[in-house]
Amino acid sequence: MIDTLLPDALYWTPVCHLADLMPERGAAVLVGGRQVALFRTFSGDLYALDNRDPYSGAYVLSRGIVGTRGAEPTVASPMHKQVFSLVTGVCLDDEEVSVPIYPVRVAADGTVLVTMEVSVV
Amino acid sequence: MRVLVVGYGPAAHRFLETLRERGFGGTVTVVGEEPRPAYDRVALTSYLSGKSADDLTYPVPEGVTTLLGRRIVAIDRESRTATADDGSVTPYDVLVLATGSAPFVPPVPGRDLPGCFVYRTIEDLDAIRAAAAHATSGVVVGGGLLGLEAADALRGLGLATHVVEMSPWLMPRQVDEGGGAVLRGHVESLGVRVHAPSGVAEIAGGDRVEGLVQPDGSVIAAQVVVFSAGIRPRDELARSAGLAVGERGGIVVGETLRTSDPAIYAIGECALVNGMIYGLAGPCQTMAEVAADQITGGRATFTGADMSAKLKLLGVEVAQFGAMGGALDVTYMDPVAGVYKKLFVSDDAATLLGGICVGDAGPYTSLKPFVGKPLPAAPSDLLFTGGGVALDIPDDAQVCSCNNVTKGAIGAAIADHGLTDVPGIKACTRAGTTCGSCVPLLKQILVKSGVEVSKALCEHFTQSRAELYAIAQVRGISTFSQLIAEHGTGRGCDICKPAVASILASLGNGHILAGEQAALQDTNDHFLANLQKNGTYSVVPRIPGGEITPEKLIVIGEVARDFGLYTKITGGQRIDLFGARVEQLPQIWRRLVDAGFESGHAYGKALRTVKSCVGSTWCRYGVQDAVGLAIMLELRYRGLRSPHKIKAAVSGCARECAEARGKDFGVIATELGWNLYVGGNGGFKPRHADLLAADLDTDTLVRTIDRFLMFYIRTADRLQRTSTWLEGLDGGLDHLRSVIMDDSLAVCADLDAQMDRHVSGYFDEWRATIDDPDKLRRFVSFVNAPGVPDPSISFEIEREQIKPVLLEAGPR
Ligand code: SRM
Ligand SMILES: Cc1cc2nc3c(=O)[nH]c(=O)nc-3n(C[C@H](O)[C@H](O)[C@H](O)COP(=O)(O)OP(=O)(O)OC[C@H]3O[C@@H](n4cnc5c(N)ncnc54)[C@H](O)[C@@H]3O)c2cc1C
Ligand code: SF4
Ligand code: FES
Repeated sequence: MIDTLLPDALYWTPVCHLADLMPERGAAVLVGGRQVALFRTFSGDLYALDNRDPYSGAYVLSRGIVGTRGAEPTVASPMHKQVFSLVTGVCLDDEEVSVPIYPVRVAADGTVLVTMEVSVV
Repeated sequence: MRVLVVGYGPAAHRFLETLRERGFGGTVTVVGEEPRPAYDRVALTSYLSGKSADDLTYPVPEGVTTLLGRRIVAIDRESRTATADDGSVTPYDVLVLATGSAPFVPPVPGRDLPGCFVYRTIEDLDAIRAAAAHATSGVVVGGGLLGLEAADALRGLGLATHVVEMSPWLMPRQVDEGGGAVLRGHVESLGVRVHAPSGVAEIAGGDRVEGLVQPDGSVIAAQVVVFSAGIRPRDELARSAGLAVGERGGIVVGETLRTSDPAIYAIGECALVNGMIYGLAGPCQTMAEVAADQITGGRATFTGADMSAKLKLLGVEVAQFGAMGGALDVTYMDPVAGVYKKLFVSDDAATLLGGICVGDAGPYTSLKPFVGKPLPAAPSDLLFTGGGVALDIPDDAQVCSCNNVTKGAIGAAIADHGLTDVPGIKACTRAGTTCGSCVPLLKQILVKSGVEVSKALCEHFTQSRAELYAIAQVRGISTFSQLIAEHGTGRGCDICKPAVASILASLGNGHILAGEQAALQDTNDHFLANLQKNGTYSVVPRIPGGEITPEKLIVIGEVARDFGLYTKITGGQRIDLFGARVEQLPQIWRRLVDAGFESGHAYGKALRTVKSCVGSTWCRYGVQDAVGLAIMLELRYRGLRSPHKIKAAVSGCARECAEARGKDFGVIATELGWNLYVGGNGGFKPRHADLLAADLDTDTLVRTIDRFLMFYIRTADRLQRTSTWLEGLDGGLDHLRSVIMDDSLAVCADLDAQMDRHVSGYFDEWRATIDDPDKLRRFVSFVNAPGVPDPSISFEIEREQIKPVLLEAGPR
């Protein structure tokens, strides 16, 4: 879906192969100097959040436990357990706080691609 | 009927709510000087630690007209109208003054300089926060409840903080001299400087505050001064309208809360009832309810209120209930732990009059309902056991003083509405919704009333941990996916996943990182190391019993040196190496494993350490080989996953140098064998272990510990240490003894077999990980750049070792 919504000018960076991502767990990747946390849910959906836990300032969100709250897929910060929505990046324990989310997609050959922002090449 | 409320604080809010609940049909208008509706002033300080103004603000009750940001400046009692500072005039039939109070600022020179503040409103806090950004040090004038709260706020804003207090000790209204001394110890250990008795002669400075001059002439340099030297009722409006006011302030009202003009009521902190101003939220709200009742035709009266208070200030529990004196008193004081508890009793030592607690407010919760009633036990027992005693609270005892709710009312609500949890009680009775200090008591009442308290592990499982354990064991379930598909909902969370992972591990399902299990683990178990504040990890090799050879010490030293790790001797008789990045962990383990070390499970809810004293081998008092037994026990139970961590110790004689009675299980040598103690705890709520059996021979000792541990693993809640498990166990120690020593439930063979399986199935998790390329793949900072270390991690040097460079929290 994301594929059709975003302009072609988006700059996608290949970051890993789908097989590198364990189901229901995260992994960190480095994209243009920025740390991105990739998550693969049980149902196979991919999400990308900023890796920085805003509560502690540490770059650890990718190491949190993935799960659900109601229907929302979530990750709990491993530092002090605040829960963030994988879909919106909003902290479900305090809606004032959120982390940036990034578009992510999988190519036909299983390559996972992430983009940081809309930048015309 | 037209009701007009002047002032929109917590008292006004409760008044408006009560009117609505009573189905009041007239028009209701509230005029408030502050720019927003009433908010939770009691929780004001949380505004500085992340709560927003919206979080704190109460919803405006339906049908109420609010006029915000306006002050009423005149009342015309003839024409029954009130005029605001913007010129608007509002007519009324009934007027309710809820104007609260204002902080008292002593009339000292310099009190108006920029940099001087009070601590009452959200705007005050905004101003203090802005000023603190350019300040290094701050002084609070006044060491009472609010003063200490303000001091905590300044400290939280990063200022070197001072408190000046006129009385010889802090919080003179709540505690006596002894309690004040203990409190001072706590406060100063947090870095807050206390000056008492002292005061303020002058605020020094040119354009801005530069310091506070004390009466003896000495100066405390500071750029921020917060006055918190008491409150003064805001009676200026009432005064100018010709209503009766007290000599020292406050709008005079009777028990019906009517002022000297029967069309005007006064409630909350501005009201002077029977010569008293009530400066606590609870009584103010009771007044609001009484006034609303009167206006809607009821007969309620306000005859005084409980001024008991329990607070946590700067992390220290302080509580005071009932009278602050009595014919007799009993004191318990532990200056080392910083605990001071005192009870006042009648001259025949039969009736409880009141009490003071500093450092441990346990007695407040359990004993406050007994004020004015016969003592439920000997005073010294009550003080020693703190809140741990299970007391039968009489029905007419007030449980929630903020909202004036009795034990009887709560019991009735539980029965009538079929309540099963604390939120239910809160919604039904309001108990527990204000300061929260009665919540532990609400829980006790729930449990005692025999209702089925929800044991649900989390939103995904309605079962308790013990029930899930039984399900997994009986049905032979070995994956989370199967368990949640068949017995839960959704896809789990950070509560149920690690709990289920621990259950599966206790049941012996191989390496904790095998297959799907890896995804269930908390980051510590996931990386077999402990996460630190900057995203690095610590490594703790097992050192059974604390015994280690010089060669092994050298290896630890070399590894720490080669990887640049911070090294510290832990409280568990071993060595912790801090500051490892994830990609370094396998290399560090490789070196340690090659030298004969294995994982110490410092990261796991598992056996941690079996500490030991040096015992009979060297010590001239020792009667048994404590080190030998400790090593044997540590090796036996290493890797055993459990509901919470397990700690143990063995002492070689009754001098108890290994502190065995502070452990989940502790062994103390006797001339004849070993005494076994269980259910001890250090940590948050210390508890001495209870003697389970005396003079055991080694084989019986080991079997008994096996069964104790396995029985605990089967039946405890998630994150429940053996101490709380034992305290909650039906039948207590006797029951435990009958189960594991007399086999009253015929489970011992089963428990024994399960422990034997654990002992023979043990393998080292570190070694198994570094030998498995598949598991090793996750030990990188970035999957797309395996060689690159996390650039956010950096260190500085302190006392010749690394320490993490502080990370900035907050949004980016
Ligand atoms: C390293 C050490 C402090 C030190 O430098 O001495 C330590 C460090 C931590 N302790 Fe501790 N505790 C350490 C000995 C203790 C002791 C003393 C002892 O074991 O004799 C206690 C009191 C005894 C007890 O547990 O009953 C202790 C009571 C706690 C508690 C409170 C437990 C409780 O029941 O209230 C926690 C919190 C928890 O587990 O929920 C805790 C939690 C922690 C954690 C895991 C906090 C965390 O989540 O980051 C710390 C991380 C360890 C790390 O990063 O390596 N630590 N901790 C000690 C490691 C001992 C070891 O070799 O394994
Ligand atoms: C930091 C802090 C911590 C506290 N902690 C606790 C605690 O732990 N436990 C406890 O029991 N209590 C605590 N209190 C006390 C508690 O907040 C008060 O008892 C309670 O707020 C009193 O409510 P009130 O509505 O009577 O007065 P207020 O809260 O003072 O409200 C009065 C309102 O009326 C407005 N007003 C005044 N005059 C006019 C006018 N002429 N026209 C229009 N508006 C006017 C004021 O601006 C104010 O908004 C604390 C107070 C503070 C400041
Ligand atoms: S507990 Fe007894 S045996 Fe052990 S070191 Fe202390 S005095 Fe010696
Ligand atoms: S005693 Fe304060 S909420 Fe119950």
